[in-house]
Amino acid sequence: MTLGLINANPVVHAKKERVARPLDDPHADDAVDPLEIYDIVRDIRDPEHPYSLEQLSVLSEESITVDEKLGRILITFTPTIQHCSMATVIGLCLREKLKDCFPAHFKVDIKVAPGSHADEEAVNKQLNDKERVAAALENPNLRQLVTECLYSSEL
Amino acid sequence: MAKPTEYVKHIESYVDSSSSPSQQAASVDALAILLKNDLLTLEALVRELDLYLTTTDSIIRSRGTLLLGELLTQLELKPLSDAAIHSLIGFLTERLEDWRALRGALVGCLALLRRKTDVGVVTENDAEAVMKSYMQYLQVQSMGQHDRKLCFELLECLLERYPNAVQPLGNELFYSICEGIDEEKDPQCLILAFHIVEVAAKLFPDPSGPFTSYAADIFEILGRYFPIHFTHPKSEDIGVSRDELSRALLLMQLIFCVFQLAFAATPLFEPFAIPLLLDKLSSSLPSAKVESFKYLGYCAPMYGSDRMAKHGGALWSSVKDVLYTSPQSALSVESESDGGMIFEESDIMVEALILLEGLIQQNSDLLLDMILGDEDINNFICSFPKPWDIHDTPLQLRQQLHSVGRLLAVSAKSSMASCNRVFEKFFPQMMEALGCSVGNHSDESFATEDRALSSRFNYVKGLQLLATFPRSFAPVSLLLFENILLKLVSAITSNFDKKFSWGLELKALVEIGLYIEGYQESEKAATFARIVVDKFVSWISSDEPAMPLSLKMQAICETGMTGISNMLRIVQGMEKAISAKFTQAYVDGNFESVELVIKVLECYSARVLPWFEMNGGSEEVAWNLAAIIWDKIDNSSSVNLTVQNYELLGAAMTAMKQAVRRCSQESQEKIVNRAFRVLSASTLFPLKDSPFATSLSNSEDSYLNHHVDRVSCRDEWIISLYASVVIALRPQTHVQNLKMVLQLFIMALTKGHIPSAQALGSLVNKLPSKTNERHLSQEYGVEEAIDVILTSSIWNFCQSNTLRKCSLFGGGNEIHNTKCLAGLNHTSVHISAIVGLAWIGKGLIMRGHEGIKDITMTFLGVLLENTNNGDFPESCDPIEGKEQEVIPLMKSAADAFHILLSDSEDCLNRNYHSVIRPLYKQRFYNSVMPLLLSSTRQSNSIITRSMLFRSFAHVISETPLSAMISEANKLIPLLLDSLSTLTEDVMHKDVIYNVILVLSAILMDKNGQVAVLENAQAIINQLIGLAAYPHMMVIRETAIQCLVAMSELPYARIYPSRTKVLQAISKALDDPKRAVRQEAVRCRQAWASIASRSLHF
Repeated sequence: MTLGLINANPVVHAKKERVARPLDDPHADDAVDPLEIYDIVRDIRDPEHPYSLEQLSVLSEESITVDEKLGRILITFTPTIQHCSMATVIGLCLREKLKDCFPAHFKVDIKVAPGSHADEEAVNKQLNDKERVAAALENPNLRQLVTECLYSSEL
Repeated sequence: MAKPTEYVKHIESYVDSSSSPSQQAASVDALAILLKNDLLTLEALVRELDLYLTTTDSIIRSRGTLLLGELLTQLELKPLSDAAIHSLIGFLTERLEDWRALRGALVGCLALLRRKTDVGVVTENDAEAVMKSYMQYLQVQSMGQHDRKLCFELLECLLERYPNAVQPLGNELFYSICEGIDEEKDPQCLILAFHIVEVAAKLFPDPSGPFTSYAADIFEILGRYFPIHFTHPKSEDIGVSRDELSRALLLMQLIFCVFQLAFAATPLFEPFAIPLLLDKLSSSLPSAKVESFKYLGYCAPMYGSDRMAKHGGALWSSVKDVLYTSPQSALSVESESDGGMIFEESDIMVEALILLEGLIQQNSDLLLDMILGDEDINNFICSFPKPWDIHDTPLQLRQQLHSVGRLLAVSAKSSMASCNRVFEKFFPQMMEALGCSVGNHSDESFATEDRALSSRFNYVKGLQLLATFPRSFAPVSLLLFENILLKLVSAITSNFDKKFSWGLELKALVEIGLYIEGYQESEKAATFARIVVDKFVSWISSDEPAMPLSLKMQAICETGMTGISNMLRIVQGMEKAISAKFTQAYVDGNFESVELVIKVLECYSARVLPWFEMNGGSEEVAWNLAAIIWDKIDNSSSVNLTVQNYELLGAAMTAMKQAVRRCSQESQEKIVNRAFRVLSASTLFPLKDSPFATSLSNSEDSYLNHHVDRVSCRDEWIISLYASVVIALRPQTHVQNLKMVLQLFIMALTKGHIPSAQALGSLVNKLPSKTNERHLSQEYGVEEAIDVILTSSIWNFCQSNTLRKCSLFGGGNEIHNTKCLAGLNHTSVHISAIVGLAWIGKGLIMRGHEGIKDITMTFLGVLLENTNNGDFPESCDPIEGKEQEVIPLMKSAADAFHILLSDSEDCLNRNYHSVIRPLYKQRFYNSVMPLLLSSTRQSNSIITRSMLFRSFAHVISETPLSAMISEANKLIPLLLDSLSTLTEDVMHKDVIYNVILVLSAILMDKNGQVAVLENAQAIINQLIGLAAYPHMMVIRETAIQCLVAMSELPYARIYPSRTKVLQAISKALDDPKRAVRQEAVRCRQAWASIASRSLHF
């Protein structure tokens, strides 16, 4: 059985220049900021296409908020189409990547942008439920898909 | 003579169609050898062959003929009689009729026709007979590929070698050519066919000749092949090897070439070729367009300007279509920053421009008439928005603009006349488009401040271009030139707050200056000097214009660097400024003067002096600078000490060093003597009366005590500058009153005067070593100097006997020592002494003098004995006060190793003419390392150990890695030891950083791999500790980077540490510094993936 692609013709955007931070400032406030998180997740590959989430405009720096004092990170992403069944996979990837790259005390919330998905509520619920996330990642197929997205060198 | 049985056997074997190809080839070879060696005559052979050649069995007949042909091919170099050739060619010509035995006849004819003149050739009559027979009997296109090829080769050979024989055949010949090459598809045959067309066309150049009537037909056949397009099979599709593919490509290129030659072979093709090409230009296939332009460009000169003139209009319109109407150019990547005007042209455009250039060169009047008269182009230029801003222009317009620019550039480039025509026509309009009308002067608009930056850029560029127009071409009058310079100068004067345009204007001036210098235009040079250079020079000491000083100096220096005369003017100005302001700055500390003098001095050392060195100027400038400074110091009596004054002193010292090092030996001697006169007149010399102060060593101690705080600011200036002079001297330069100088420096260094210590180091580095090498008047060699230095009592606080061993005054100062150590005030003196000694040691170590051993032992002594003798046993009985006093002392002794080995910018380097022995660092490393190691092992005090490790760290971080890497297996445990010891105290953090850099270098080096593997566990453990080092971010970062490098090691070796590393790294993920966090992410990824892709552990 071959399924067609969910979104066969995504709009691809240009990659933005990485902002070089000023190096020689020992007293700079080096708190975790949205850009740092964005730099980590922007290169995650889309589960369907050989493009990064940045290129597909699923994520942007503005869609990330972080509160270091409370230890909270909130990422709002926008699936490319309303019925995207890959939205949960993208969310899983984000969660896995952040778990790898940030200390455990950060609480990560991942949501789809309001109105960007037909099943918004269900997706949000699924992505922020610890049990369901754990269960999903035990599924070897899903696990492999996530790993491919995170460490793909296709980009 | 060979017997018939011998060769008949071979003949039979060849003719027999059941024998294998290799057998056949062997029999041909055997027969050929017989023939070549005259064991068999050709007549005998032919007689023997008779039956085979004439039999009615066509298979045997063809084999027989082929045998004859093959043998003739092999005998190409064997001389044959004319009669034999005549009869053979006659026979073979006849056989062309026999299509069954054709191949042998073709091979034979070809072999005979190709013979060289010295071995007998076919006569022209016979050749004509061959040609006729060819035309009569051969139906080339009905043959197989190999036979076709042979036919073409035959035809080609006839055309090339027997032109007189084929010429009379005229029309029939062309008929047969047309018939032969029509519909040919095989590439190899095509090459021959195209070549035949070319040769034939060349053979009949006469426009009224037979070729003319066939030109249309031949071109029709030829034109079908255009454009040649090669779809080679992809190697992965079928089993085509690389070799075959490349051979195919080569063949293809050959076809291209031959085809092009055939295409342009004769002007007679013109009526057919040009319309065809023009037609192809309108095709939508880009490759066809590119090819057409290429062919047009190639054919145009061949067909001649008269013929091409007919097509001028059509050609121009197609070129215009490609370039102007629908330009296909892409914005190049880097063009964003340049206002988006750099385009990468498509291949079509490039070819079109090449064609245009060729056409203009061929017939410039016609083409230029068309280009300049073209309404579209005219309208385009006229309708340009004024003033326009490049960033507002839509892309397509910019593309067009670019194309039109290229078009005009190509037109203007071809000749002087065309350049003039283009300029006459378009220059006014273009200037208008840029916002300045030609009739009225551009001055007004230039001065308007609110101009867009881009237009300002254009003005400046334009002015620069005008000013640099060679005189022989452009009538830019001197007056106008002057005007331009004035304009630019006034712009620079008023515009300093706009950084970008200011830079542009200055650059324009510099370019103009360089151009004048390059073309030696003396009038303009004088004008330039008067208007620009003198104006700028006048700025140095005036408040006008109100520009920041650094910009002023930049403008001055850069214009000066345009040429020697300008530079000299500027130097004069700067000298004047120093003379005028130095006293003010130095005596009164007048803020503005200080700033000015500092800037001027910096300018000297950073730009002017290096420039003179590069451009071969005289040493006079350097000498003058040194002389001025010493004069000024000499003439002033007191100095007001302020913070700026220190800055001024720093600038003066640098300038002095830079100046002196560029002087010759004689000048240096003059300077050093002058300096000594100033020095000896200062209050530094209470010993003036006794120039050879032998009593110094005894009275020194009290002398020091009294003088420590009493050195006046002026004296500090004098001694600092004197030290600067000494540092920069050449080894040959003789220093007067050396002993006094040495003692003076020793005195100064105990007060922590580093330049004095450096000067001492430089002296011992450069003094001649042997008495016989010495200059007669030189009082001192290095040995004596060392004696003087080391016998001085200031070192005596170190209770080690090493120094006194070489001392002339051995053992007389015990009482002093105790006294010195007892006084708390002396700690700082001792630290200064150690630093001083380190600089002296550096001088010695660099020349490879063995005095360094004593000095090293002194440092080690300080490190060891303060804790190991009973006086300060802090390991068991820490006395707070004493420890406070001793630790800094030990630290300075440890840091002395850093001074010894590190490269210094300020002194003792190649610039300052130091004596440097090759590999001195390696030698020192080898000699000092065992000492350090044994001391470390012996010492049981924590502080001593950490200080010893500090010294060790300094040594290894300054020694080249290649010297240490061979012993990496011994070095690594020590490194790790030192790291764990040094981490105990915050004060060692910078040293830890150096050590970890050495470690990372070893990790990266191939030669260190084995040692790293052996110690992998220990290294990883140490790195894990350092990844959490709280006091310095770069240490954590580097440690984590090293861990990443460690993850590359063989799996079995590092796997046991994986969990530990990952745990440590997950802490580093929470590091307060972002750089560390980022490295931690990388490291975690690297270590997690050695086992699996998942990060679970």
